[in-house]
Amino acid sequence: MINQVNPFAALETLSRRRFLAGSGATLSAAAIALLARRPALAAGTPGSADDPQADTRILNTALGAELEAIAAYAVGAGSGLLQKPVLDLALQFQGHHKAHAEVLAQTVRKLGGTPVEARAHYPFPTETLKNQNDVLAFAAGLERGAVSAYLGAVPLFHERELAGAAASILGDEAMHWAVLRQALGQDPVPAAFMS
Amino acid sequence: MKSAALALLLAAVAALPSGSAAAPTGDPTHGEEIYARCVACHSLAYDRTGPRHCGLFGRRAGSVPGFGYSPAMARAAIVWNEKTLERFLASPATVVPGTTMGYAGIADPQERADLIAWLRLASRSAERCTP
Repeated sequence: MINQVNPFAALETLSRRRFLAGSGATLSAAAIALLARRPALAAGTPGSADDPQADTRILNTALGAELEAIAAYAVGAGSGLLQKPVLDLALQFQGHHKAHAEVLAQTVRKLGGTPVEARAHYPFPTETLKNQNDVLAFAAGLERGAVSAYLGAVPLFHERELAGAAASILGDEAMHWAVLRQALGQDPVPAAFMS
Repeated sequence: MKSAALALLLAAVAALPSGSAAAPTGDPTHGEEIYARCVACHSLAYDRTGPRHCGLFGRRAGSVPGFGYSPAMARAAIVWNEKTLERFLASPATVVPGTTMGYAGIADPQERADLIAWLRLASRSAERCTP
């Protein structure tokens, strides 16, 4: 039995901290970071301590990619190319991306930002999708890219809770990638490290 | 005492990496593998979460028509070439603070060179760049 968890639940306290920090107008961002015992933030992560919107931007970029993944799985599921067990898998993974998108949008709002919305149209290369393996390979490519995208985002978050939550999504994307590779007859875990 | 300090200083300077060291030669075949890291947000022929890469070299940053850039990227005074991509890919948020490209960067200079070598070829490919 796998328990359903909200990786962003810790943000309940984050929001309160941000509110308190915002009310202390005389404190510099570096001072707030030091008070919160966040030396990495105090030292200046690229993009950074003097930029309170940085975390929101990263989350919104991730949200945009998640919304595109939801649309991609909808294209795959609606293509008529997926056999029943694989179709179920695609719909399950799409459900995961919907859950990611929902929690990312909530978090952006919680941080005072405006979540990006799904586009009316995504230009997927549907003309190249001729059979089930084409759809699986397309999805696997997106999932592999998602692993790298989250891996590249984790070190940029100023708030460690956000980094942890993004890493939680990263783990799910990596599982998707491995399962899709397995379905394609490829080595599901081709390397010890991801980049 | 002064001469000892000077010797230490000279030794430290000598140990610093040379600023004129040649950039690694890129391997486009390996660069294509590295591009797999980018495809959650980018493609060659289409705008996605990030802008398309076809036509990248020689293009001013933030200038793909119709793409919704961050204000930071839209006003960045950068023209994409080997040198500017090398700097940007090492740490996008450092080169363009405020970019929506929430990606820490590619730390390995050889990997950056490989990716740039592949982008240089692929972004000019008529086959790959026809939507």
